[in-house]
Amino acid sequence: MMKAKTVDKIATAVIISVAAFIVILLAGLLGYILVRGLGHVSVDFLTSPPETISEGGGIGPQLFNSLFLLFLTMIITVPLGLGAGIYMSEYAKPGRVTDFIRLLVEVLSSFPSIVVGLFGLLVLVNMFGLGFSLFAGALALTVFNLPLMVRITEQGLKSVPREQKEAGLALGLSKWKTITSIMMPIAIPVILTGTILASGRVFGEAAALLFTAGMSSPRLDFSDWNPLSPFSPLNPFRPAETLAVHIWKINSEGLAPDAAEIAAGASAVLIITVLLFNLVARWLGRLIHRKFTASK
Amino acid sequence: MKKAVLLVMALVLTFTLAACGQSNNGGTNGAAANNGGQAAGGASELTGSILASGSSALQPLVDQASKKFMDQNPGVTIQVQGGGSGTGLAQITAGQVDIGNSDVFAEEKLDAAQAEGLVDHQVAVVAMSTVVNPDVAVDSLTKQQLVDIFSGKVKNWSEIGGNDQAIQIINRPASSGTRATFEKYALGMKAEDLQGSIQEDSSGTVRKLVGETPGAIGYLALSYLNDSVKAVQYEGVAATEENVANGTYPVWAYEHMYTKGEPNEVTKAFLDFMMSPEVQDSVVVEMGYIPAGKMQVKRDVEGNITK
Amino acid sequence: MAQSKQHESKPHLVEEWVGKVYTALCILFLVVTIFSMVYFVASKGLTTFFKDKVNVIDLLTGIKWNPGGDPPLFGALPFIFGSFSTSILAAVIAAPLAFCAAVFMIEIAPKFGRKYLQPVIELLAGIPSVVYGFVGLSVIVPLFRDIFPGQGIGIAAGALVLSVMILPTITTIATDALASLPSGLKEGSYALGSTRWQTIYRIVLPTMLPALMTGVVLGIARAFGEALAVQMVIGNAPHIPGSLFESTSTLTSAITLSMGNTVMGSTHNNALWSLALILMTMTFVFVFIVRWLERRSKI
Repeated sequence: MMKAKTVDKIATAVIISVAAFIVILLAGLLGYILVRGLGHVSVDFLTSPPETISEGGGIGPQLFNSLFLLFLTMIITVPLGLGAGIYMSEYAKPGRVTDFIRLLVEVLSSFPSIVVGLFGLLVLVNMFGLGFSLFAGALALTVFNLPLMVRITEQGLKSVPREQKEAGLALGLSKWKTITSIMMPIAIPVILTGTILASGRVFGEAAALLFTAGMSSPRLDFSDWNPLSPFSPLNPFRPAETLAVHIWKINSEGLAPDAAEIAAGASAVLIITVLLFNLVARWLGRLIHRKFTASK
Repeated sequence: MKKAVLLVMALVLTFTLAACGQSNNGGTNGAAANNGGQAAGGASELTGSILASGSSALQPLVDQASKKFMDQNPGVTIQVQGGGSGTGLAQITAGQVDIGNSDVFAEEKLDAAQAEGLVDHQVAVVAMSTVVNPDVAVDSLTKQQLVDIFSGKVKNWSEIGGNDQAIQIINRPASSGTRATFEKYALGMKAEDLQGSIQEDSSGTVRKLVGETPGAIGYLALSYLNDSVKAVQYEGVAATEENVANGTYPVWAYEHMYTKGEPNEVTKAFLDFMMSPEVQDSVVVEMGYIPAGKMQVKRDVEGNITK
Repeated sequence: MAQSKQHESKPHLVEEWVGKVYTALCILFLVVTIFSMVYFVASKGLTTFFKDKVNVIDLLTGIKWNPGGDPPLFGALPFIFGSFSTSILAAVIAAPLAFCAAVFMIEIAPKFGRKYLQPVIELLAGIPSVVYGFVGLSVIVPLFRDIFPGQGIGIAAGALVLSVMILPTITTIATDALASLPSGLKEGSYALGSTRWQTIYRIVLPTMLPALMTGVVLGIARAFGEALAVQMVIGNAPHIPGSLFESTSTLTSAITLSMGNTVMGSTHNNALWSLALILMTMTFVFVFIVRWLERRSKI
């Protein structure tokens, strides 16, 4: 009996120290990136364009590209993902076909991002003639964000109490109306949180974008907001290097004398943005949840 | 039921394809319409758009030059994309871009038939130097010594007059243009990938690894040289711009900008601009390349040198 | 359903129809995407065998990769070996950590765990892979170079970087499995006088083993497909290494290293697509293993 207790104590100690180790690991990782990078981050760094050979380049266009690409991706992903998710959770009849689709979604969600990137290169960039462009990048990102979105929507709809759904149907509303006006509002906290977390993933993705959105950032004229003009930041058919791709590029090809600092600074910015996504997702989810539960 | 499903599937496919096709057309049409309108407005002013893609090593140079060109010709838009020499050559052969940038002769990557219609514009010369870790006490290597190192015959620096330290090769992947140049002109043979050798495609990573790894040897374009690595002489000749230009230092290659057939007016104007002193004497030199005009020797695809 | 439709008014019918068609189209888009992906990657990847006459067996079992040689050799076994060894080793490192984290969060300190450890682990999942690669190259590689023989790069460095990256995947699944364990099971064990560790070891671990395995397989799948972080720390020599600290390649690193440099349609390029096809096939295999494990855990 005594022995069992000692073993128990040792095991507990081991488990606690492993948990502590994981926390320290993350703290060390974040600390390392932030300490190395934050010194280089300034307003100027965040807004000025990169320099190829001289010092003092910034990450302005890259940061903008990342955000804009995220926006484009979400514009495509959200309606598709919501639709597909609603279908899977409300309309699909249990059976072979539904099982098969579920399997496909699972497969798609675990496709390596590089395979998605190559597919984008072959079909979007070359075959459809989109070239290396934001649009091709957004479509590629959609491909591997979609299954995530479907799963999130399904989860959200499942969290809706059955009584509410049945009440809607009993009121004589059509199924579609019940879904859109009764179930969706309740499911939104779950869906929103999931979507923002998924956005964080898009933000950090690089491998798939190397082959689709390209590794170059053309000169951008931030006073030109006509989406059809080639130098407009809003033109979705221009090549665009995102922050994550930029880090990869300057790490590997950087000619500027301060390339290492820029990479570190950009990494810090990237991490902070992802952190923000996480925090906002949690905060928003809790806020909406409270609002809904309080109003009931 | 099955038929209906098939029908819907076909419909969706058409829709998605049409949507993509349309958006794409929209882009090009818009640009074309733009060109037309402006061309009608002022006949003397150059208008149009150029799309270049390819070599990631050449990209910053073309990009920088294109910015200058666009400042002078507001009616012209130039997009420079990366993707690698292979991508650039493939896209220019397929007619997807106006200019294909490459580190190697098109004939080295493409079939003779494919390379047929391409016109070569050699805009700059890039020279490479063998580099070693700063702690390696060797200052010059002969061709034979390099061959011995890269073929694995010599495994320790002490065998060729250095300190007792194992040699670590930092190579490029077999597909790399930089490696092709190095093997062709420094080694004079194709080297096999040795067990335990490191391969990195990017110059930055090669420099980092050579600088940090004891006993490391690699090769870098002159623009990437800095204090973290030590450049060694080749057959007693240092890799300087002068030695490359007068032909005494052999490890160099052209940077190519390929067009399919003769270029159109705008593309030609830009390529002329690339060769003008304005680019050759400033951007090219700043980026660590050697201006094509400075070369006192010429080289063809086979590597034959002519004065 | 048919009966209720008759009672519904017309706008309802239209509304219902719109909703159904819209959602069905979304699903169709998804299905078409997957099919076209499989089709295009497969057709590109198979060209190597049909058009360039490279033998499938040679590609899968050959140990010499020399696409520029005469004759060109396309033996991808070193890459396959590299992919499997790094991802499995990564899972071996990450699985016990994930298990401990899950037990900590559910059994030992649920409050602290839920509040601090879980967000921390989710954050690990949010860190972009390029940043992992960057840290790996600047911290792990120099560290290994000093401690172990060799140059620091290799399977060990790759696996260590990957293990941190897949830790969240395994932990999340393990935690979910642990939380869904019927509490009666544990209480019974405690009532019999077992210590916590005895309960975990004898009751909890065996019950959640299939779920833990599911997490491990999903983790391996993720590690298998990871490209940039691994490429930065593995060294990329196309050889089966003699030790954990010797330069080698994975399928993904071989693809990223040469895809841009080769011309589409050339044999070398096609061979890279074959590697992508192997990657894709492995994804299917992993998903099937996961399904099989899930079905087992249900019984």
